Amino acid sequence: MSYVGDVATLARKDLLLELRAKETLPAMVIFVVASLTIFHFALPTGSGEVAAKGMLWVALVFTALLGLNRAFVAEREQGVMDALVLAPTDRSAIWAAKSIAVLAYLVAAEVVALPAFALFFSGLDGATVAAVALADIGICTVGTLLGAMAVAARARELVLPLLFLPLAIPIVVGGVGASVGEGPRFLLFLALYDAIFALVAWASFEYVVVET
Amino acid sequence: MIRARNLAKRFGDKRVFDGLDIDVPQGGFLLVTGPNGSGKTTLLRILAGLAAPTAGELELPERRLIGFIAHDPLVYRELTARENLTLFARLYGVPRWSERVAELLEAFGLGAAADARVSTFSRGMQQRLGLARVLLPSPEVLVLDEPYNALDAEGSAVLDGVLDEFRGRTFVVATHDPARVERRATESLAFA
Amino acid sequence: MSVVTRRPDYDGRVTANRLPLIAGATVAAMAAAIALVFFYAPEDADQGLSQRIFYFHVPLALTAYACFGWGAWKALRHLWKRVDGADLESYVAIHQGVIFGALTLLTGSIWARISWGVWWSWSEDQLVMFLVLFLFYCAYFMLRFSLDAGPARANICAVYALFGVVLIPISFLAIRLSKQFIHPVVFTRAGPQMTDSQFVTFCVALFAMLALFATLYSVELAGKRLDARLRELRELLA
Repeated sequence: MSYVGDVATLARKDLLLELRAKETLPAMVIFVVASLTIFHFALPTGSGEVAAKGMLWVALVFTALLGLNRAFVAEREQGVMDALVLAPTDRSAIWAAKSIAVLAYLVAAEVVALPAFALFFSGLDGATVAAVALADIGICTVGTLLGAMAVAARARELVLPLLFLPLAIPIVVGGVGASVGEGPRFLLFLALYDAIFALVAWASFEYVVVET
Repeated sequence: MIRARNLAKRFGDKRVFDGLDIDVPQGGFLLVTGPNGSGKTTLLRILAGLAAPTAGELELPERRLIGFIAHDPLVYRELTARENLTLFARLYGVPRWSERVAELLEAFGLGAAADARVSTFSRGMQQRLGLARVLLPSPEVLVLDEPYNALDAEGSAVLDGVLDEFRGRTFVVATHDPARVERRATESLAFA
Repeated sequence: MSVVTRRPDYDGRVTANRLPLIAGATVAAMAAAIALVFFYAPEDADQGLSQRIFYFHVPLALTAYACFGWGAWKALRHLWKRVDGADLESYVAIHQGVIFGALTLLTGSIWARISWGVWWSWSEDQLVMFLVLFLFYCAYFMLRFSLDAGPARANICAVYALFGVVLIPISFLAIRLSKQFIHPVVFTRAGPQMTDSQFVTFCVALFAMLALFATLYSVELAGKRLDARLRELRELLA
């Protein structure tokens, strides 16, 4: 099977599993709307649009974490990871497919979150949406790899946020900068982050899931 | 096909085995016996290419040729039997996969339940599906860890049939009840 | 056909023979550095005595970067060439890096307190950078301790260590960018344009810090290898 074919097969499987389970996506949507609500109460009056935009990014990062936590659960709980690793496919295809699936859930959650944000706080501009799109790629590529690491660990729900948040800091910087209109260089920075970390994740995923 | 020299495995301080020499030629049948917890599963995972030995040399055929099943059937519970087999057929590049999938579903008595989710299956049916998954690409080397354990009577009969039909391929089978497969073995390894 | 050759974890050498030499060099360098810092380097017109912390703070920071870099290099050796013992070396290097990083944060904080009266300043790139790295590498330890020892743990930690060095330049860029929209820079450090005597002092201090890393690294590594060997022997005798 070709690499692209393998990725497509695996991605289709991941999306199918989520559609059947109907667990992760609803939780993410509810979580993000609840977070935005809490942020309304957390921001003192007169905080302004900039602070609210910052909060949007916090909400997105933590919502993504929720989704990432569940990314490899089926493989680990049912032991299927062994079967996938034994298959003659390139192991990085597993990563690519899973990233695509997580990206799909995240975008689906954002389809609700962004309008909710516009409703609760302030309007959205093109730069914000572009930033969210670019940030999503970085979050999913890096997060999926970290998710695979965490799932091998004992206290996996505790470990994943610890692993993910430091790496999410540059994403938040890029995202907030772009959202508050500080210029296109922030979008460029996000693109740079995506390119570099996606490359590193793609090249190193094999070592995360294979012992030999 | 499978060769190992001076194979050793340690988990932290605990030494599972060391100094193992293994030679399974093509067509050989290695029987690994021993009580539960003696290290059989660890060895089989190493021979399947899933785990790394701590020391020693190991020569294995490429992944494409190896089939492995252990205590868990290694299938997705929320997919149907057919979907599971289709997934693996595609990953292994099995030619004419839809026919092969149908063929195996019939052979393992899962034809009627083909489009039901695996979570609705009994343990025996799940294990049968796992075996079907292993046999999809018609592997040259089969590494089976306690294959009869979770199988029901029907499944055990099918497995006996498979072992007959695949005679001539290379096998590594671990079991704590060797009576069933002893006659097929060409070499054996006993864990204390 | 895949052929995997594994030798036992290491060949029994506990390279203590080089240790006295490195330790001796460290003591000498440290003594020289302290002497230079307090007696030779010129007093800074603005900040006075406190500026001398700079001679420790920056070398500590640079040494920490060196630790993380060395850790990442060993991680690469483990993943790529399957060098035995590289995983342990990577772990020890990163452990040292966290120690030096913590000291960097500490000295930086003291400097900020003395210079500007605050214990923390977001406008100090170095401090913020180290905070991010500190968080990242603390997570490394959480990860390491939540995995069972074995090849899987070695592989996963090695990949994470590599992510760390990639994060360093990216974080640096991010911190630079973030200063545009985070609170305006209130405190500026007049970066010392180093005179000759300052430069000499700085170099000696840097050398001393790196030598300290080399010593501590060798000691910790020797200790851990000895531990492993002892456990192995205990197992064999059991």
